[in-house]
Amino acid sequence: MVELMAQSPVSSRLPLEIGGVTLALAEPGRVTWVAVRDDGALASALEEEVGCGLPTALRSTTASGLRLVWHGPGQVLAIGALPSALAGLPMTDQSDGFACLALSGHGARDVLARLTPVDLRGHVFPVDGAARTLLGHMTATLIREGDAAWLCLVPRSMADSAVHDLTRAMEGVAGRATL
Amino acid sequence: MRVRGGHEIDRRTPIRFTFDGRVIEGFQGDTVASALMAAGVRLVGRSFKYHRPRGLVTAGSDEPNALVTTGQGAEQRPNTRATMQEIWPGLEVQSQNRWPSLSIDAMAVNDLVSPFLGAGFYYKTFMWPRSFWEKVYEPAIRRAAGLGALSGDSAADRSERAFAHCDLLVIGAGPTGLMAALTAARAGADVILADENTRPGGRLLSERIEVGDEPGAEWAARAAAELAAMPNVRILSRTTVTGAYDGGTFGALERVALHAAPGAAPPECFWRIAARRAVLAAGALERSIAFPSNDRPGILMAGAARSYLHRWGVTPGKRVAIFGNNSDIYRTAKDLSAAGVEIAFVADTRPGESGKGDWPVFQDARVVATRGRRGLSGIKLDHSGGTAQLRADALLVAGGWNPAVHLTCHMNGRPVWDEAIAAFVPAPGAVPGLIAAGAAAGRFSTAACLADGVRAAGEALEELGYSLRGRPDLPEAEDAPYDITPLWTVKAPGRAWLDLQNDVTTKDVRQAAQENMTSVEHMKRYTTQGMATDQGKGSNVQALAVLADATGRGIAATGTTTFRPPYVPVPIGAMGAGARGEGFAPRRLSPTHAACVARGAPMIEAGLWMRPSYFPRDGERDWRESCDREVGHVRHAAGVADVSTLGKIDVQGPDAGRFLDFVYANGMSGLAPGRVRYGLMLREDGHVMDDGTAARLGDAHFLVSTTTAAAAQVMAHMEFVQQAYLPDLDVAFSSVTDAWAQFAVAGPRARDLLDRVLDRPVSWDGWPFMSCGDVSVGGVPGRLFRISFSGELGYEIAVPARYGGALFEALVARAEDMGGGAYGMEAMNVLRLEKGFLTHAEMHGRVTAFDIGLQGMLSAKKDFIGKGAAARPGLLDATRERLVGLRAVEPEDRIVAGAHLFGETGSEGYVTSAGFSPTLGGFIGLGFLRNGPERYGERLILKDRLRRIEAKVDVVAPGPFDPEGGRMRG
Amino acid sequence: MRIECPHCGERDLREFTYRGHALALSRPSEGASAEEWDDFLHNRDNPAGATQDLWRHDPCGAWLVAERSTTTHQVRATRAVRGGEA
Repeated sequence: MVELMAQSPVSSRLPLEIGGVTLALAEPGRVTWVAVRDDGALASALEEEVGCGLPTALRSTTASGLRLVWHGPGQVLAIGALPSALAGLPMTDQSDGFACLALSGHGARDVLARLTPVDLRGHVFPVDGAARTLLGHMTATLIREGDAAWLCLVPRSMADSAVHDLTRAMEGVAGRATL
Repeated sequence: MRVRGGHEIDRRTPIRFTFDGRVIEGFQGDTVASALMAAGVRLVGRSFKYHRPRGLVTAGSDEPNALVTTGQGAEQRPNTRATMQEIWPGLEVQSQNRWPSLSIDAMAVNDLVSPFLGAGFYYKTFMWPRSFWEKVYEPAIRRAAGLGALSGDSAADRSERAFAHCDLLVIGAGPTGLMAALTAARAGADVILADENTRPGGRLLSERIEVGDEPGAEWAARAAAELAAMPNVRILSRTTVTGAYDGGTFGALERVALHAAPGAAPPECFWRIAARRAVLAAGALERSIAFPSNDRPGILMAGAARSYLHRWGVTPGKRVAIFGNNSDIYRTAKDLSAAGVEIAFVADTRPGESGKGDWPVFQDARVVATRGRRGLSGIKLDHSGGTAQLRADALLVAGGWNPAVHLTCHMNGRPVWDEAIAAFVPAPGAVPGLIAAGAAAGRFSTAACLADGVRAAGEALEELGYSLRGRPDLPEAEDAPYDITPLWTVKAPGRAWLDLQNDVTTKDVRQAAQENMTSVEHMKRYTTQGMATDQGKGSNVQALAVLADATGRGIAATGTTTFRPPYVPVPIGAMGAGARGEGFAPRRLSPTHAACVARGAPMIEAGLWMRPSYFPRDGERDWRESCDREVGHVRHAAGVADVSTLGKIDVQGPDAGRFLDFVYANGMSGLAPGRVRYGLMLREDGHVMDDGTAARLGDAHFLVSTTTAAAAQVMAHMEFVQQAYLPDLDVAFSSVTDAWAQFAVAGPRARDLLDRVLDRPVSWDGWPFMSCGDVSVGGVPGRLFRISFSGELGYEIAVPARYGGALFEALVARAEDMGGGAYGMEAMNVLRLEKGFLTHAEMHGRVTAFDIGLQGMLSAKKDFIGKGAAARPGLLDATRERLVGLRAVEPEDRIVAGAHLFGETGSEGYVTSAGFSPTLGGFIGLGFLRNGPERYGERLILKDRLRRIEAKVDVVAPGPFDPEGGRMRG
Repeated sequence: MRIECPHCGERDLREFTYRGHALALSRPSEGASAEEWDDFLHNRDNPAGATQDLWRHDPCGAWLVAERSTTTHQVRATRAVRGGEA
């Protein structure tokens, strides 16, 4: 039988720390794209099973080992173990569709501000916020996991480019501190 | 000359830099301008056209003369304003536009021929003989004029760009801006305060003005400190807001690290700021008076002299004369005198006593002449008591103030003439959401500015929905009236300069009017006044006044031209920071990228993707040899190619089939699960958008494939169709292009190869041509499709992308064992050409289904995108250029894509794809030819005039190899 | 320039792609004449004033109609696309 070894989506060595900001590869396990219809029944079933509801636009909901991320009208990305309440809905495995890059540290928001036009201020983009936006020239999903912790989902094929752009932004932000 | 004072410099920290190779010593905090002034260097540049000796005129970013080049090689920056460049140890500064040196500039000969170089000269002179303009005159004129030069090296790409958001952007941190920021910040709004200077304070840094009971500069520092400590305030110093754009977006250029030697910090940052509201507190710019020879080194703005004095402790001369039409002249004299500078005289253009001091004061005065080519030495003055000839080595001019209205004009607005202050002020609402305040709005006293900052912020806060709390107390400050009697020019013999950057005089403007260029837009372009890098900051209003006078109109009736971004020049390296090289566009890498590179495959760009061109083996001389061999692998053994880059769209839902029926020209809903169908997608105008396959994985589950380059377009198209035309269908789709690695396994031994990798043996009879299903490889769930782009027995096997690299290695190793191997894009192209399969080279955007012989695919039974327009008679005309195959007649002849096909009537078609077929022993191709399918057997001449290729070609049915398709269907 | 996506809120112009006039939503029904198709595909008014644009918010895939002034460039309102409306 053939043995297939899994490969990392990025070719550079991560995690990488520059100026107190860390860029790491997150491996969140399963990522599933699900088509949802906003009806009360589904939300209640989810609440019952895992303790979180469906995310509204610009938000994600969390439960133990699971984050449901709004991904577009009628679309949700389930990061983690898939609740059975979602069974039967149109879905597809996107575990290999994205590279998940984790950016954390005091200057993480400043680093992202170099690459994304979306408003990152706390009251607009709170913890558990999720935005479909651009990172550099590529489409990305940004999830705020903490005050200074972000998850960037980029298409897997563009992972190296995302690392390049983020690294350059980290160098620029760190460089200012040398003045 | 250095005098006492100067709160911006640190006298404990001397700094040495060079100017034209000469070592100059200044202090930490000095700009190149202030340090040169302290060192007594008066000559800083040569003018653009006439190469006249020039000195500093201002102390800010409106500086027209002191344009210098800093740095060398990759760090060389031409056209830097000496007034904005802070010195650092080892900084190298060069003057510009002079040869061989600043003091002896041979091109000053231009000044002697100035009568020939006046307004519009290129319409009147240098015109004969006609050919000389392009070959002789223009190159010579270009060499003789110009500003800084580039080093020719690639600029270091270390700048950055960034985005910022706020409730209120306050542009300018003088008294107006500081009060506006305090008002808004205390009310809880998110504030960004941007100021061009090193620290906040604006004009307060340059005057002896008290705010409350402390010096203005100290009050400003305290206000700034309070703001800096607030979490909802961001202060951007050394930051010029360069443009106002739609929807409350602003561009701004931050000089992050230009005040230090190049190091780890980005030299500049270009900001894009999204502000819900903005206050323009950008102050006002002083203007000059146009008198004869008013451009000598040593003639500066009075307000600039006060800046140099109070900020850097320098004076432009030892014996200073002052001339102006408003009360600033008296303030200037007092300030300089208090610092120990000798005042030669004060000349007031207004009649009557206005001010006194320990120096001569002249009323009703006009400067009619000046002396001193390399630097001012004397002044001739007409005044109420006669004429005076006086010595002075500096002349300070106070011609009045122009509110900095520029940003308010960036969205096609024009400012409004305010007769009371003899200046243009912003038109309200010219930029939605931008409120002008303080001197920028024409309010010049310190008290008025402080109050106006509060007023403007209050307006913004109300519109933003914040309630005003903690409104700052208004400190006491001077509220003197602005006492000006406008005087724009002095009529006396000799050239009087308006635009110092483009060397435009009052005579040029009058000449323009005389030649009927009476519109201000025409005058501007005819004389080039206002068209230099300062956009006429120091000359627009005076030029208008001259034009108004020459055409017998008032200034208001003459109007003004508009301003456009950027307010100051922005280097492309800042605006495009990070977008060079790898940062230009994302690269999309397939799971096999590393494996292909390791095998020495040249990787080529296919849109954003990198794909392997061919896989060279030892001993192969060129790509053709590799390509021919790879074609052979597929035709005779087994070949493996990476097709992961093709678009894959997962379509699910009970209405998935109906949805696909609408986007495809042919039917899809009738496809049985486990089967794959070739599909054609049209644009709504009836032309081919893309072709691909749809695999039915289940009753309510399809997988659509698209051409690599069309994946994003097809996805957007499908989303539009669903949302716009079929919102009630129960269907959802997502792109899974990146999620799956996919490989073509093709050749007579393809099944053997697959047998060696699949976990469980497959009954191949159960896999008819165009079928699909689930398989398992190495314990990993995958998919298998029986489809062929090579024309051989072919399959495509897909696994989740993380296993793609490993599967590729496993397949290729086993293929090599069988006498086959990996094949790349070149071989892929030859294989499909041999079969007449089409790519976007043929489906290039102007072909229809009819043109490519697929008219039969258009369903008569259902509506679909493009159906209506495809039925237009013109798109079904037999004489259209239609798809044909081509074969070179002589074995050594080439067919090339882009060549024309010549028949009896001339060019009757063109070639879209071509390649050498080792299988058929010669060049083959595809192309489009009028009446194509009716002309098989004809012999035409192929011509490519660019590459000088001519060959005989035979017109054949596309795909001469195995035309029945037995090899792939068997 | 900023446009409001009905789902994601106000976003920078670079997140959007312009398709053309919202007339594209009034697709001729099956069997319409060649002239009707030509008009639908190719003919547009060019008003100085209000126009209706079709834009796609690329990151989330939502299509929207924006009411925009061709003279001031101001985007007055946006709404999600629904079938059959112009």
